[in-house]
Amino acid sequence: MRSDPHVHAAGAALADLVLKKTGVDVARCYQCGKCSAGCPLAAEMDFPPSQIMHLLQLRDLPGFAEMALRSHTIWLCLTCEICFCRCPMELDIPKVMDALRHEALARGMVHPKAKDILAFHRAFLDSVRVTGRLFEMGQVVDYKLRSGHFLQDMLQAPWMFWVGKLHLLPERVRDRRALKRIFARTRRAGEKRP
Amino acid sequence: MKTGFYPGCSMKGSAREYSESLLAVARELNRELPEVPDWNCCGATAAHNLDPDLALALPARILAAAEKDGMDEVLVPCAACYSRLKVTRHELLEDEQLRQRISGLVEADYRGSTEVLNILEWLSRVPELEKHVKKPFQRKVACYYGCLLVRPAGIVKFDRPEDPQTMDLLMRKLGAEPIDWAFKTECCGAGFSVSRTDLVAKLSGHILEDAVSRGAEAVIVACPMCHLNLDMRRPNIEKRAGKKISIPVIYITQALGLAMGLPAKKLGLQRHKVAVKISAANAAAKDI
Repeated sequence: MRSDPHVHAAGAALADLVLKKTGVDVARCYQCGKCSAGCPLAAEMDFPPSQIMHLLQLRDLPGFAEMALRSHTIWLCLTCEICFCRCPMELDIPKVMDALRHEALARGMVHPKAKDILAFHRAFLDSVRVTGRLFEMGQVVDYKLRSGHFLQDMLQAPWMFWVGKLHLLPERVRDRRALKRIFARTRRAGEKRP
Repeated sequence: MKTGFYPGCSMKGSAREYSESLLAVARELNRELPEVPDWNCCGATAAHNLDPDLALALPARILAAAEKDGMDEVLVPCAACYSRLKVTRHELLEDEQLRQRISGLVEADYRGSTEVLNILEWLSRVPELEKHVKKPFQRKVACYYGCLLVRPAGIVKFDRPEDPQTMDLLMRKLGAEPIDWAFKTECCGAGFSVSRTDLVAKLSGHILEDAVSRGAEAVIVACPMCHLNLDMRRPNIEKRAGKKISIPVIYITQALGLAMGLPAKKLGLQRHKVAVKISAANAAAKDI
């Protein structure tokens, strides 16, 4: 692929970054489509997994890499691993999706429809950063504030409390400072953690 | 041989009946399950979606703590936590440079001597499990493995990735009749339970409808997220399907507990959204 005439002069293609971060060489994908056939959410995606791989294969033909980063697909991927399981070239597609999510975050290219999914993940990590363990009640409140879905599951919480599944106080790690240091050291560029 | 226990966050909250039933069963089997000292959250889906280093660092701290405590293996009953710990162990042992860098991040060194064990592996090792069965679980059951117990196959190296048998064999030992069905390892929607409940209703609905149409009387699970989506999200599933779906969803440890004759309350069956109206004994037995 080094001799590819389409390589953008400005720098490495997204495919090269993916190779570096995941060890997956997208050029090896021969577009059989098994990943898209097995993906439980392919019908909801703007590009099924095989097309994401194709966008990466087109390297720096203007705009294609960005289409992959701006896709809804990368946020809908549930990491169920069925694509990787069935890929005849044994390409770790879920790992590629992870790398694309990280890159989309860093470049501020997150698909607008992914905002609730992202809000949930951020609320989750907020909770873990503070207490070291997930505090479900705190996470849900945090998620509501981030997403604006205040009325969602209003009846679920009292029921959960009633059957003893929802705690009002968090479980906490003793050495919370150690957890905070881990979070501080792993903070990535472009990822805001208020 | 010291076997530790990593409960993970859900088993302390929304999936506490999984923990209750596991510990009740372990007591009956005379197995000690000490918790990993000062364990933290594994980071689950959120960490690997947003931050690759954090996704390895959080499980690495857990593994290091277990190793330091002299645990030869850690039982991780939550399939999602199991996956994160197993994948982290794999990645760190594959790449010495990465291992050293992550060790630096967590201020603890994991050398790889502590193995990671899932619930089915742990239960399969109980010798002569049949001898503990007092009330055979004489029901048709759909054994639902979900994604992460069996995949990625090259890393977890456990059972067949699309038609696994371990849980089916265990349930057979309890006296049940596992059905042959198509959704054993299909995804339930996992971490989208709150953020995309609509998609969970769709995926989990397909799973339940297949189990019901093939005559299953209960779905057996080994993952808190699968249980959450199939049980607690039942109203959403029913609304989307436009019909009532009353099949209960039972943790493998609850099924085992019932077969051992433990009281339903000790196994946390009263905490389910979908009422569990079947007992371990045969259909004629009184409902619990």
